Amino acid sequence: MQKYSVFSLIKNAFSNHQNWEVAWKDPTPKSEYDVVIIGGGGHGLATAYYLAKEHNIRNVAIIEKGWIGGGNVGRNTTIIRSNFMYDANARFNEFGMDLWRNLSQELNFNVMFSPRGILNLAHSDAQMNAYARRGNSMRLNGIDAKLLDRDEVKKLIPMADFSDEVRFPIFGGLMQPSAGTARHDAVAWGYARQADDMGVDIIQHCEVTGFDVVNGKIKGIRTSRGDIKAKKVGLCVAGSTNILAEKLNMTLPIETHVLQACVSEPVKPLLDGVVTFGAGHFYISQSDKGEMVMGGDLDGYNSYAQRGNLPTIQHVLTGGLALFPFLSRLKMLRTWGGIMDMSMDGSPIIDKTHIEGLYLNCGWCYGGFKSTPVSGWTFAHTIAQDQVHELNSELRLNRFSTGHLLDEKGLGTKTWIG
Amino acid sequence: MLYIKCPYCGFRAQKEFSYGGDATVKRPNINEEVSSEDWDNFVYMRKSPRGKHIELWQHIAGCRQWIKVQRDTATHEIFQTAKVTEEIR
Repeated sequence: MQKYSVFSLIKNAFSNHQNWEVAWKDPTPKSEYDVVIIGGGGHGLATAYYLAKEHNIRNVAIIEKGWIGGGNVGRNTTIIRSNFMYDANARFNEFGMDLWRNLSQELNFNVMFSPRGILNLAHSDAQMNAYARRGNSMRLNGIDAKLLDRDEVKKLIPMADFSDEVRFPIFGGLMQPSAGTARHDAVAWGYARQADDMGVDIIQHCEVTGFDVVNGKIKGIRTSRGDIKAKKVGLCVAGSTNILAEKLNMTLPIETHVLQACVSEPVKPLLDGVVTFGAGHFYISQSDKGEMVMGGDLDGYNSYAQRGNLPTIQHVLTGGLALFPFLSRLKMLRTWGGIMDMSMDGSPIIDKTHIEGLYLNCGWCYGGFKSTPVSGWTFAHTIAQDQVHELNSELRLNRFSTGHLLDEKGLGTKTWIG
Repeated sequence: MLYIKCPYCGFRAQKEFSYGGDATVKRPNINEEVSSEDWDNFVYMRKSPRGKHIELWQHIAGCRQWIKVQRDTATHEIFQTAKVTEEIR
């Protein structure tokens, strides 16, 4: 594989950049693989990459209905963080932070990981107490957390509304300085390029239509491009999880919802990291191009449409305006939607299933992007070793029936309760 | 914006309604022994189909009645609405 560097850039400049190698091939599906990963999003690509790299399993195919980077990995708001209170979530995502820090070098692809911090704002004494508790839990798990008072927050975001008349005054906030953002497309492309180089077949425009299960054991899958035999199959399909589960006669603790995001026109740099509003569901960061990237609530009803409705955008931005009045003078560039696999407790599932050789990776809710590397890493381990890793040992499917929920923030599908 | 026909008030904007989830989920009978599997299915497990879905909505900024809506989860088209005591076929 051609290594990307300043020298290869100069070399290719002489031929007007017409002779770059293709980053990944477009193979015809083989009739049999050791492992088939369904879903060519960030998590599926990362899983295939770590299967090849960490477990030396290279006879692997990724089956993607659309194209690489066209789903949620290209639709998220690129936030990377590990500011979780529960040990299971904190350890899992902090392991992921370590993978993020070295990802550009590892993939030889600049994913533009930019750790500029995430600031969760508090608007009451009770919320400050809750953040102090969460911050302490984070520090016990080795994650950096700083509780900021009102004046410290004002130094960081002076353009927020600090006036006396404001309905939800800023009391302070919880900061994770090592959190940040990355370029989401580059993450998908970087993993795809390296996985392809190690022998993984990335098969795009190939829809899974069924499964071959014999005596409780997976034998293969049926697709729009023919049947493919497989010893092991991993499901990494986010918003399509329920559709494939139905084909397997499985019912999951997952509801599928649409989540919208939006960006403003680009403006000069004014916001350094990610800021979240604590009195409503709204978060904001500024992209490298200068656009304000914003998001918040689900539309709130089951949906497979990759688009939402205006009332939710208006509702989210009402919160945004309460926090940052300057937003009222920005034009909106575009809005879009993606479909979320909302688990019932707001935490993901990476586990084996009752079908031998079938593995499940789903339930990412609002925040699948930040976990892309660690999700792939632990899912690859779960598939290769046929057992969960310590890191995903609590992200089990049976935690709902046993009562071991990871209800981190009371988020889940039931947004009307929260 | 969804445009939902409340069986009591007529067509109203989505903003007047609040979502209540899958209407076909049945609570286990009261005063009977409930297995943890049945309870698990009732509380957590959802089909969440792509296509026709019968769901509960509450006309929270109107008559405050709970209603049933049959809606396509892929196109958002609404086929039928009914009072919560009525069946949608």
